[in-house]
This record gives sequence, C-alpha cells and structure tokens, in this order.
Amino acid sequence: MINLSRRRLIVSGLAATAAASGLAAAARMAQTYGLVPPDCGGIYGLGETLTYASQRLLTRHSLAREFPRSRISPRPFPNEQAPPTEDFKRLQAGGFADWRLSVDGMVAQPTSFSIADLKSCPSRGHITELTCEEGWSYIAEWIGAPLSHVLNLVGVLPQARYVVYVSMEPDTWDSIDMADALHPQTFLCYGMNGNDLPVPHGGPLRMRLARQIGYKNIKFITHLTVTDNLKKFGKGLGSAAAEAGYAWYTGI
Amino acid sequence: MATLGSAQLPAEASVPSRASTAPVTKLAPRHSGLVRVTHWITTFCFFALLLTGIEIVISHPRFYWGETGSVLTKPLFQLPIPSSRRLVPTGYGYVLPDQNGWSRALHFEAAWIAVLTGLLYVISGLLTRHFRRNLLPSKTDFSWRALWTSFIKPFRLERPSAAEAFSYNGLQRLTYLFVIVVLFPLVIWSGLAMSLGFASAFPWSVNLLGGRQSARTIHFFVSLALVLFLFAHVAMVCLAGFWSRTGAMITGGIGTRKEHP
Repeated sequence: MINLSRRRLIVSGLAATAAASGLAAAARMAQTYGLVPPDCGGIYGLGETLTYASQRLLTRHSLAREFPRSRISPRPFPNEQAPPTEDFKRLQAGGFADWRLSVDGMVAQPTSFSIADLKSCPSRGHITELTCEEGWSYIAEWIGAPLSHVLNLVGVLPQARYVVYVSMEPDTWDSIDMADALHPQTFLCYGMNGNDLPVPHGGPLRMRLARQIGYKNIKFITHLTVTDNLKKFGKGLGSAAAEAGYAWYTGI
Repeated sequence: MATLGSAQLPAEASVPSRASTAPVTKLAPRHSGLVRVTHWITTFCFFALLLTGIEIVISHPRFYWGETGSVLTKPLFQLPIPSSRRLVPTGYGYVLPDQNGWSRALHFEAAWIAVLTGLLYVISGLLTRHFRRNLLPSKTDFSWRALWTSFIKPFRLERPSAAEAFSYNGLQRLTYLFVIVVLFPLVIWSGLAMSLGFASAFPWSVNLLGGRQSARTIHFFVSLALVLFLFAHVAMVCLAGFWSRTGAMITGGIGTRKEHP
C-alpha cells in the first residue's frame, strides 16, 4: 500500500495545482504569441503544437539553405497532377495574359494582379531545395515577387494574422501565418531556372515557401485572402491538406 | 525450505499468485521506478515510430546519397517492395493505399514524447548515478575473453546465472551504452536534419551528414540497427525468463530463486 501521509498529500496537492496552473498559463501565452496551429485538435494535436510552437520560437527568421547555381538538379521532378480544367486550358491558350491573382480580406485596397503586374515588382530569385513529404527532393532556381512586397502594395491591416491562398485546382487551398508570409524567402513564384514557371511545376503562378514541404507550395494560385481567423475557411483547420489528414504546418 | 507449494512454482514466477498458499517468493529490487516508466514509454513510442516510419518509406522506397534525389535520378538502392505512389517504379502492378497523413503526424508526435522521455532518463541517470553503477563497464569487462563468453552463451541457449539477474555483464553494458549514446542520438539528429525548419536554423545539422538525402538514408540504417537491437534484446529476455525479466521491468522486483540450490 502507498503510505499516504498528510504531508505527502499536501505536497502532491500543491504540486498538481502548480502544474495545472502552469500548463494553463502556458496555453494562454501560446495563444497570445501565435504558437498554436489551426489543426491543434485531435490525438495528433499535441505533436503538431509542440512542433509549430518550438519552430516559431526557434526559426522565425532563419533562412533556408541556398545553393550555388552548379548544384541545380538537371531533371526536377514535377509531381503527379490532375488533368487541367477547361478554364485553365483557355487561359493557357492565351499565354496566361488573362491570369489574375486577386488579393482581398484584411487589406486597405483589394487588388487584382496580372502575371505582368507581378513581374514588374522587384523580383527575387533563390536556389533552394523543394522537398516532398514522401522523401524525394530537387534543387531549382525559383523566381518571383516577394509576398511581403505584394502585401505592402495592398496595405495589410495590423490585426492580420494569416494569408490564405487558393489554387485554380478544385479544393486546393492553404494558409500561412504572418511570420511565413513576410519571410524573405516566401514569394509568388512565376519563374524557374531562368524561364517562365512550367505548367507541370505550377505555372503560371505558384506559392513558394523555401522552409516548408512541397504540398504547402501550392500550384496555380489565383486568390489571396488576408485574415485574422482561419475558422472561417473550410472546416477551420487552415488548409485542404489538413482536412485530408496532412499537417497544416510543414516546416518539419 | 523446498515445500510442495514452492516446487509447483515455475522458476521464473516472480509475481506471487494471490490464491496460492505457497510461501511467497521474495521480490528483490531490480529497476527503479523512473527506469521502468521511461522504458515502457520508450517502447510504446518505438513501435509507433517503427510502424509509421515503414508507412512513410512505402511512399518512396528509394534511397539516395547526397543532397537531392527523385524518381528521375539514380538511387543508391531501392527496397523490393510496392509503393503507395503511382509514379514510383517498383515492378509491382499495384499501388498501396496512402497512409502518410496520419503516419507523419504520429511519427512526429511519438518522436516528441520519445525525445522528452529520453531527456528525463538521461538527466536522472546522471544524477542518480544509474549510468555509472549499472551501465558503465569496469576494466575487467573489456577483456576479449569475457566479451566473447557473454556473446556466445546465448547462442548455446545457456541461461544466465542467478547473479546476472541483478546486474548486466560487460557486453550488455557496452550494448546498452551504444544504443543510448550512439544510436538514439544519431537517429534523432538525422531525423531533425530532415526538418526544413530545423535545418534552416542549424544548416550544419544536414550539411555534416552529407546532405538531405544522406540524412534520410542514415536515418533508415540507424532505425534498422535499432530494430536489430530490439530483436536481440527480446531474445535475451526470453532466454533469461520472459516473465521474470518483464515482471521486473513492470513491478521493479525480481524473484531471487533461492529455492534452487
């Protein structure tokens, strides 16, 4: 039998109370400082939250490794893709001149950009690795307009916390927090290895996040919404991938 | 001393049966509470990591060396198994169902719990001198003769002596230390090196391993070594007496088997 003396009872009671209030305070702090991912519920929520919180504390400003031009992979692998829709084929026939990226939500001036508009922004290029959650990877030069520049043009409101991005492909959308949205290696990518972004790689426009897994780098982007709350989008988990059981945060 | 009751008990029965009127076999202390709790949490996490690791590998059962690699480049080697992705050439005419979503989530969650448990174990092992007392080999343990004897004994199906129920021999000490000091840190390091966020903050973690694909291949082989250790570990437990040794890791005590002269 466990010998439960009065002193022991009081000490364990105090310890349990301290631990519980410590946890509650940590949870509140985590919410305040944006350390809780939208898919924090369920049996895997603990792991998702630990990963996201520790990476936000550790890697908010860190830069993904960049490589010399000589290390660009000669044969980048474009992943499996659904056949293009009729709308996409029509836009492709017109050389994507009518492709539009609309930006709305918590912005001062909702705006629509053509690919030419984006190309007239100061361009950013970097040679980084694209990594699939399956395990394979390749290195390419990615060229585009920094998302932070586009967000400055439309005037993001101070209470904004996330940027939702939507693909032309059905049921394909995702979101990132402002730390990733304003990161210097996050851009709206329209070029690859010195040319226009090929359609199999997401051309004419793809989200490029050097510090996140391939499926977060959504292809065929047509729409951005700046928001302070992801609950309003889909099932409130922050992305279509999260609704299909794949993590929202993929810096792992 | 050897009554009828105690003779009916199998030698390994260290957990006294409540219904039995036989004299209770005295349980001598063997494993501390912290060692037992961390052992079983680690066991649980290890199986979760192994299962989900296999699921993730199935989506791309090809391995490379260096920074990059895909189905368009030559692999270092390929596992002869079917894949859960259509575009991976496997030689099989069918594709397995995709289980990567929950597998990745459980893999990382189990990794978190395993690493935090491991930290607790290592810190307390240093503070309570568990490592020094129970795992650090003595000078005499290093003789080739002693190591060879310990190595070959299980293959002759020789059961360990009663004294060995309370301490590890030199070979066991070296093996446990190798797992704790080399294999576990290496599997954690190569795993973290594959995290894009971690690698952006600590680029050396992946560069030192020879690149992202090298880290993945190292992660695979170290996991394989850990599975080998698991097989050897369970085989030794079975040889020494499955219920006595497993019971010791659950209750903390081990039967002294004094009834045998």
